[in-house]
Amino acid sequence: MVRPVYSEPGDRIESTRPVTVSRYRGFIRANHWVTALSLILLLLSGLAFFHPSLYFLTGLFGGGQTARWLHPIIGVVLFVSFMVMFIQLWRLNLPTPDDKAWLNQIGDVVKGNEENLPELGKYNAGQKFIFWGMTLLIVVLIVSGIMIWEQFFGELVSIPTRRWAVLTHALAAVAIILVFILHVYAAFWTRGTLRAMTRGTVTGGWAYRHHRKWLRELAGRRQNGPAE
Amino acid sequence: MSETAPQPKTAASNPPVQPIASNLLPSDVVRISATKDVPQPDRQLTKVAKLIDVSKCIGCKACQSACIEWNDTKPEVETNVGVYENPHDLTPNMFTLMRFTEWVNPETDNLEWLIRKDGCMHCEDPGCLKACPAPGAIVQYSNGIVDFIHENCIGCGYCVTGCPFDIPRISKVDHKSYKCTLCSDRVAVGQGPACAKACPTQAIVFGTKEDMIAHANERVEDLKSRGYENAGIYDPAGVGGTHVFYVLHHADKPSIYEKLPDDPRISPVVEGWKGVTKTAGLAVMGVAAVGAAIHGIFARANKVDEHEEKEAEKLVSSGGSDDRGAV
Repeated sequence: MVRPVYSEPGDRIESTRPVTVSRYRGFIRANHWVTALSLILLLLSGLAFFHPSLYFLTGLFGGGQTARWLHPIIGVVLFVSFMVMFIQLWRLNLPTPDDKAWLNQIGDVVKGNEENLPELGKYNAGQKFIFWGMTLLIVVLIVSGIMIWEQFFGELVSIPTRRWAVLTHALAAVAIILVFILHVYAAFWTRGTLRAMTRGTVTGGWAYRHHRKWLRELAGRRQNGPAE
Repeated sequence: MSETAPQPKTAASNPPVQPIASNLLPSDVVRISATKDVPQPDRQLTKVAKLIDVSKCIGCKACQSACIEWNDTKPEVETNVGVYENPHDLTPNMFTLMRFTEWVNPETDNLEWLIRKDGCMHCEDPGCLKACPAPGAIVQYSNGIVDFIHENCIGCGYCVTGCPFDIPRISKVDHKSYKCTLCSDRVAVGQGPACAKACPTQAIVFGTKEDMIAHANERVEDLKSRGYENAGIYDPAGVGGTHVFYVLHHADKPSIYEKLPDDPRISPVVEGWKGVTKTAGLAVMGVAAVGAAIHGIFARANKVDEHEEKEAEKLVSSGGSDDRGAV
């Protein structure tokens, strides 16, 4: 069988009337929520150390000491779970010529005039931006985070290096929070998206509107593939 | 307890026998970590200072012993690796350390044995306090003492990042940061620091900053008359001056004294992190979060319509080919 171009081998059309399409299977959904929960906990504990006006957030974790030791451990959990997700998702997040056309018409994207946009595979350029942005920032955060992990790596780097690491960590954290906000916002604004990460399926109309090449490939595979 | 302790002007005096009330109060705090708008105290304590005259130091480590004894710390017994430093570095249990340097003076070709008592400098502009994220974990009193309030310390190590002198050490036992307190608990009851009290040569003396500067000037003059023409005071302006300061016989090269920084200041990286990054970062995140929430509620959502559901059904039943052709 030819490797699909616009879809994962596991994506498939689940029913035809009405059309529902399986977008994410159970493991990746569970793992996504591990990443998401970790990110939220990191955001809450990290913001507490970032700005004194948010220090009260350490109360959610049982105090400053607990928040301090928990934060980097959750960071490791996030890193591992995100890397698993990375391995599963990176291929379809590689840039394609369609992304350029999509970005050129970003005005139509924002206005929701999707009929003017090119047909897209499983991800659009915005989703790819979030994927690669998260990837880059998570790597920066884990590396700089280990450098400032006093409890276990207090002696790892020199103090001048540590100063750069703590500044980098703070800037990367601000950036990832902005990416996170964009991710959550886009998932809500584009109605019908959230169910891809809860139930795992999207409606045919959603796939037709936003990711038609993906839907087209799945439809073709269904017809030409082995009988079920 | 009827009487309040006087503010100490020397470390030499003996304590009174009757109990006296503390004269270093929470209300004497002028700066608090991670806290804006600290109410200014209604009294200004006399600025105090500890002067370390390295030219008089004989390296006996009585100061270290006195420090251990007074603060009731128990530095680990380490292995002798053939150097004089003992322990090998400052630790959470060793707030002060004699550091030894064998230096060949290029001008005289003499070997000079430089001994410096290392420990917290009690900066007027403390980098530890600036870097600390935990409200109330580091305070500065109006007499200049910078003190760690351990019950508020979270053990993050940011003070290590902020300090220009590499002083704070985080305990592996209770995960709190430790350093010299300038014996704030002794100063509070009219006594000088334990190290100054114990010093047999008065290389360490304690008093008001003004008196100590005057004394240091005398010492510098004396050293100059003995041929140390570069003798001088090390009271670095980059951190606003310090409340522990040195008389150095080679004040033109502080770094020969076991890496005493030539021009210490809070790193611009730390200033950038605790300055514009903190303020602008919070603003940007706040605007993005609130903006996204408001826009999410009020803006027209990107919705799939019935027509598209029908088109999808057509596309699927045709096996992926429609008027635009198969993939």
